[in-house]
Amino acid sequence: MTDLDWIGRALASARPQVMAALLRHFRDLDIAEEACQEAGLKALAAWAKNGPPRDPVAWLIFVGRNSAIDHVRRQKRLVALPEEAAISDLDDAETAVAEQLDQAGYRDDILRLLFVCGHPELPATQQVALALRIVCGLSVAQIARAFLVSEAAMEQRITRAKGRIAAAEVTFETPGAVERAERLAAVAAMIYLVFNEGYSTAGAEAAARAPLCIEAIRLGRLLLRLFPAEPEIMGLLALMLLQHSRHAARFDAAGEVVLLEDQDRGLWDSEMIAEGLALIDKAMRHRRTGPYQVQAAIAALHARARRPEQTDWAEIDLLYATLEQMQPSPVVTLNRAVAIAKLRGPDAALALIEPLAPKLGSYFHFHGARGAFLLQLGRRDEARSAFDRAIALAHTAAEAAHIRRHLDRLQK
Amino acid sequence: MLYAVLCYNVEDVIGTWSKAEDEAVMAKLRTVQEKWSAQGRLGPVARLLPTTAATTLRKGRDEPLVIDGPFAETKEQLLGFYMVDCSSLDEALGFARELAEANPGTGSYEVRPVGIFRPGSVAT
Repeated sequence: MTDLDWIGRALASARPQVMAALLRHFRDLDIAEEACQEAGLKALAAWAKNGPPRDPVAWLIFVGRNSAIDHVRRQKRLVALPEEAAISDLDDAETAVAEQLDQAGYRDDILRLLFVCGHPELPATQQVALALRIVCGLSVAQIARAFLVSEAAMEQRITRAKGRIAAAEVTFETPGAVERAERLAAVAAMIYLVFNEGYSTAGAEAAARAPLCIEAIRLGRLLLRLFPAEPEIMGLLALMLLQHSRHAARFDAAGEVVLLEDQDRGLWDSEMIAEGLALIDKAMRHRRTGPYQVQAAIAALHARARRPEQTDWAEIDLLYATLEQMQPSPVVTLNRAVAIAKLRGPDAALALIEPLAPKLGSYFHFHGARGAFLLQLGRRDEARSAFDRAIALAHTAAEAAHIRRHLDRLQK
Repeated sequence: MLYAVLCYNVEDVIGTWSKAEDEAVMAKLRTVQEKWSAQGRLGPVARLLPTTAATTLRKGRDEPLVIDGPFAETKEQLLGFYMVDCSSLDEALGFARELAEANPGTGSYEVRPVGIFRPGSVAT
């Protein structure tokens, strides 16, 4: 890693705090973003020459505020701060900013920044794009590549999202307890969306999107540092770590999906698993369970099984039943059916999912699972038509290819 | 004299390293470790998981309090430690200097003489 690489990393890690402070200061996403970018450019030059400042975050906020102030002064009549080049001792000015950072408002600043990106009025794809751009600092080109759209289309999507945010008028007052809890829940959901955008794709797209999982995990750590005693945030981070721990084993050389039970468990990332399990342990102490914790606990049972046949399906079934109660959803029931199939056989699993047909009729995984259960029961013709249905509904080439392998086996 | 070398850095920055970058740094650090190990002067080496995985037990007047997170909120976090056998502080600082060179960016190494050391019986 060169010095410039290192400065790039320092800038990326400081970005959420810097953006949060600049957003609070300017109350405008575009101005805050420009200021942040300006400060980053100045940092590249100054840090390479003079070495890193004592407090990079405070330096960036100070310089960012300073460089955008001329622009804003006309609109808001703020007093300009002196040019950082003209200040003999930048340290003093930085110290003032650093002290402000330590105030309690700092946590709410970052929460607000994240909440702006995960605003409930934004559609999911806009939330993800905005978070990657604003908080993670990915370039529009990088985000466009992850979403397989043109840069112009992504630029437009982000601009639209910002427009909606401006219209929604997020308050800059210190949130009350209820509002803070609501923001926290929305932000957790947004982070999991970012994660799933990276996780749920396969094949050629998987490589382009895998960084989204890493960004989501970083955001999860950031959020947990702000709210260290929130068991659901521990659960969210654990869930993402445990799922992502399998990334090297989830696709074969041709980019096709490898099912959990066929994965080479030696490829699972043991450090991520250790961190995920540690977080679940911490969360359980609070005895305030929630959907993220339950899902993380299910992922943990898979992670703990050295071989597929050691999987504790009975416990997984129980956890899915708990999840069904917390968040009734046909998709959860469908997942539970996999555990039921292992515990009580394919006919019990089939009986569980047949009533879901009206709700999940156009869901790829429903027909895939149904076909697999029918196949196990030897009902080949029905299995074939279920698999055909699944292929018609597949979103990605890898999904279709996976089902086609089942069909090929049926032909023989 | 036995020294503990405690490694501090901004874990957020480490968190932005890609897997390949992380592995490259670890490989460089391993070269330093192997050199000292070959001389029979390297004790236990540990890399710690992020502070978000930490829990702190703090004694109070009544029951000890269990707190989520690290003992102290600091700008740089304790990320790992080494034990080395050195004949002088200069030598121990030399070890820390080698680690510093293998590691990009910022960071601090606290070189702290060890009072009591028991190797323990944990098998890895």
